[in-house]
Amino acid sequence: MIPDQLQHQIPALIVLTPLVLGLITALIGRRGLGWWIAMLASLLVFAGSIQLLIDVMHSGTYTVSYLMGNWPVPYGIEYRIDPLNGGVLCTVALISAAVTLFARRSVASEVSRDRLHFFYAVWLFCQTGLLGITITGDAFNLYVLLEISSLATYTLVAMGKGRDRRALTAAINYLVLGTIGASFILLGIGFLYMVTGTLNMMDMAERLDAIYITWGTAEPQYQKTVLTGFAFLFVGVSLKLALFPLHTWLPNAYTYAPAAVSALLAATATKVGAYISIRFIYTIVGTDAAFRGAIPTHVFIMVSAGMAILLGSYLAIKQDNVKKILAYSSIAQIGYIALGFALDNKNGLTAAVIHIFNHALTKGGMFMALGVVAYRLGNTRLQDLRGLGRKLPVSMGAFTAGGLGLIGVPLTAGFVSKWYLVTGAIEAGRYEMAAIVLVGSLLAVVYVWRVVETIYFGKRDEGAPNVQEAPITMLVPMLLLIGASIYFGVDANTTSWIAEAAAETLLGVQP
Amino acid sequence: MIPPEMAITLALGLPILGALLIAMSRGVPNLRETFTLLTAVATFGFVASLYPAVINGAQPTLDLWQVLPGVKLSFRVEPLGMVYALVATLLWIPNSLYSIGYMRGNNEKHQTRFYVCFPLAIASAVGIAFAENLFTMFVFYETLTLSTFPLVTHKGNTDAVKSGRIYLGILLTTSVCFQLLALLWIVALQHTGGVSGLDFASGGIFREGLAAGAVTPAVFGLLFFLYIYGIGKAALMPVHRWLPAAMVAPTPVSAFLHAVAVVKAGVFCVIKVTVYVFGVETLREYGQGGWLLYAAGATILIASLIAMFQDNLKKRLAYSTISQLSYVVLGVALLTPISIMAATFHIVAHAFGKITLFFAAGSIYTAAHKTQISQLDGIGRRMPWTMGAFTIGTLSMIGVPPVVGFVSKWFLINGVIESGSLPGGHFDEVFALVVILFSTLLNAGYFLPIVYRAFFRTLSDEDLKHPHGEAPWAIVTALTFTATLTLFFFFWNQPAATLAELVRRAVG
Amino acid sequence: MLDFLHDHYNYWVTIIIMMIGFYAVVAKSNLVKKAIGLGIFQTGIFLFYISIGKVDGGTAPVKVMGEQTDVVYSNPLPHALILTAIVVSVSTLAVALAIIVNIREKFGSIDEHDLNHLEAEQE
Repeated sequence: MIPDQLQHQIPALIVLTPLVLGLITALIGRRGLGWWIAMLASLLVFAGSIQLLIDVMHSGTYTVSYLMGNWPVPYGIEYRIDPLNGGVLCTVALISAAVTLFARRSVASEVSRDRLHFFYAVWLFCQTGLLGITITGDAFNLYVLLEISSLATYTLVAMGKGRDRRALTAAINYLVLGTIGASFILLGIGFLYMVTGTLNMMDMAERLDAIYITWGTAEPQYQKTVLTGFAFLFVGVSLKLALFPLHTWLPNAYTYAPAAVSALLAATATKVGAYISIRFIYTIVGTDAAFRGAIPTHVFIMVSAGMAILLGSYLAIKQDNVKKILAYSSIAQIGYIALGFALDNKNGLTAAVIHIFNHALTKGGMFMALGVVAYRLGNTRLQDLRGLGRKLPVSMGAFTAGGLGLIGVPLTAGFVSKWYLVTGAIEAGRYEMAAIVLVGSLLAVVYVWRVVETIYFGKRDEGAPNVQEAPITMLVPMLLLIGASIYFGVDANTTSWIAEAAAETLLGVQP
Repeated sequence: MIPPEMAITLALGLPILGALLIAMSRGVPNLRETFTLLTAVATFGFVASLYPAVINGAQPTLDLWQVLPGVKLSFRVEPLGMVYALVATLLWIPNSLYSIGYMRGNNEKHQTRFYVCFPLAIASAVGIAFAENLFTMFVFYETLTLSTFPLVTHKGNTDAVKSGRIYLGILLTTSVCFQLLALLWIVALQHTGGVSGLDFASGGIFREGLAAGAVTPAVFGLLFFLYIYGIGKAALMPVHRWLPAAMVAPTPVSAFLHAVAVVKAGVFCVIKVTVYVFGVETLREYGQGGWLLYAAGATILIASLIAMFQDNLKKRLAYSTISQLSYVVLGVALLTPISIMAATFHIVAHAFGKITLFFAAGSIYTAAHKTQISQLDGIGRRMPWTMGAFTIGTLSMIGVPPVVGFVSKWFLINGVIESGSLPGGHFDEVFALVVILFSTLLNAGYFLPIVYRAFFRTLSDEDLKHPHGEAPWAIVTALTFTATLTLFFFFWNQPAATLAELVRRAVG
Repeated sequence: MLDFLHDHYNYWVTIIIMMIGFYAVVAKSNLVKKAIGLGIFQTGIFLFYISIGKVDGGTAPVKVMGEQTDVVYSNPLPHALILTAIVVSVSTLAVALAIIVNIREKFGSIDEHDLNHLEAEQE
């Protein structure tokens, strides 16, 4: 059992463990210890975040608050965990642990030996950032951690240069757009700070609420400063989230990054972006202002999400590199998440939260399966996957199962998300969005089936190198995630309990 | 006696276990085929063991687990589901026997994969039959599509892949865009009191919601439309294209699709949702679903006309299936208790007849390697068992006594007359009668010439150079068995008639 | 009108600096110039933060000893915040330059047009 003293410190430890161990990894040098340290850190963080989520769900108020250095709110930095970020935290920690296990062999084949310790140091910093963004209750702290994760991500993407030099251009592209996005977020936080004089999210929300009610004469409305700040924030976060049409950095970054990095990013980075969006819209600015005020943000999001679903899936169909197919598919899936939180009802919000988790499992597992292909073949072009079904039965079977999840076949996690999403859309009276979601599933059938047909019905070229199934350390995490994506489709009670609790707290329904 | 709950569990679980055993015994064909046959017989046994309870009015249930809050995988055996489950599992026995003869006779590849997929599809079919709610039905409907996909594309060549795309494309498009939409719409309505729940209920789930105004008749009608076209497996035109496309599969698969599981799942679901979700009385009361009669009638006639011009035997049979399925839909569309009973009965009648016809077509292919009708001159003399069975099958399709097809047609005409006595039913009655009579003529027109060729024409010179006899014993046994059933069922159709009668009572 | 410009002149300065940086990011094809543009863009935001710390009539935020109780201080918090942001900005520039050096090694050019051509050839 964990001692009480330690248990209270879990929120801080979750962020500090990867940070400190990352620094140690960088300093300790080339002794082949990098991976071991990273693995240790990921497992500790995973255990901690599960414990934290259990604490949150069993606390009467659905919240755990941790004061950094015991400074009282709103002066110090508060870490505040509710079902929403508790769930996202577990998602990030779970994926990080699984992908770190996967990374050992995969990364060794893609990154030169003398850089491995740097790779794992940056890898841990990336996790620090993602976990920190999720857990913190302080707006400026969020910005700093966002930049930590972003800088680490640019570096990780660029590490793909060993296999394909286009990783570098993808990284610089991502860096430019990512920095603009982060700067917008910084500016937005500045505006909100100007009005409220606080950086603590809950405090900010309360003060904004007070202004919202008293300001103006006829219709309650925010002053323009708040709206401007919100607009900057929204655009900045949408860039991070890769919400259509701000997605252009994503396909190349995912395609040319090392396999393990693609898996980590696809499963966590954009999900954390979605979390920031939800947090700012629902907790801080409030849906009255964001959706029903001067700017009908939800209409923008719905249009973007609809376009993301349709065009992302369409572009996925057009690609010849399987990693790129998955990258475009991610853009479409982000559309589902965004649509979920734009619907502004319980089912929609539940769909967004549950899809953050479900899609992370599915896409993470699928990128790992492609990592196996890259490990064995050196690339992931569609034509090279011909007939691989017989050569790599486990990996390709996992890929197919993941593909079924993307389509949203019943008894996969993807179906559960779709269930909530379409129900939410119908309840909101948005029948056209319900139709788009379903059409999106069909487009997913096309792009998934294109790969599946190639894998199982294609003939391997004469003289193609003989390939074998991947080593066990790559298969285990892959099967773990894909297996989980099926398990949480067959029995979604736990995930929907947490997601519904998250939706209820966000909508202010008393539990 | 086996406790009903266990029987349901075993009827669902045994095929899955069988699939595992079959997969493990790859490389030992005799053992593998033994497992196939044992699983088939045992599964039928467990389904049949539920029969006495069901005819005594009991409805055994089984709750598996809750998938989402308020949404569970659960089963309830009622008469209609019993009919479908009995037909599917019974016919799976000769189908398995036949598969063994066919696959060995034609030296097909990847036989293990083939035998693994069959029991999985049967488990899905039983799941559909016994589903207690719309969610469970949808889940197994989709698993049936996916588990039959490897069977349809079994040959793995370009043609098979292309047909596989059509198969999967149409079935998934309809089920996801229409059926799932309607299902989730109903889920949303559940929160506002528009429907009483997701569980199938006698008289439908919309009655109170409509009466209270929580759901408008227009939405109710739209949902009915979405469901009918969302069940693409019923092959109502224009979503029938997957069925001819699937003809690329080996014949046992075609038989399985047409007679045992897949299309039967489609029409079964149509009856089930009409009776237990939308409610026959409710549809009538709010004047919804009248269009279905015309859609079904048009499908019957158009499909029969297309069948006339097909020279490929399996294609002709495929279009015949499309038209026969729409008899079932027509029975549903008439919205009278007796016509629903006719529809239920026709599931059985058509299954027996059509499986015989497909077995015969595959038998001809195995023994003589012929696929076109124009090549069949005089074949009846070389393959008397096969063509004899084929003849019985055609008579059942046309609906001539003393074959079982006549019985369902008889009930259907009764249903038409009953619907004519209802207000506003007069024009419908005339239309339905015209369709039935005209289509009977068409059926005779495209089936009897085959029989005539086989028995009354002489073998061509080309054929005389290539002598052949009957197909392997497994094939002949299987088709003789089903042909006998087709005949026998005219005289002794007690189980089906009893169950259909129970369905009729559930409607009225 | 003039009052409006005057009252908000810190915003104007911020906007102008940001847009100069943004222009460089969008219009320049040399990657180093883009990186510098990003730096300028962020500097605009820093100035914004610093300017909002000013309180009318406020003095430097150093505690005034003695009896006076009505001292108005300027807000020091934005300044502290922006120190962090400056560090972030410098790090970003460092990462960008490191990637650009790598690009130069692998592609032999740091001009965006050339890079696009080289990538298209690789397809």
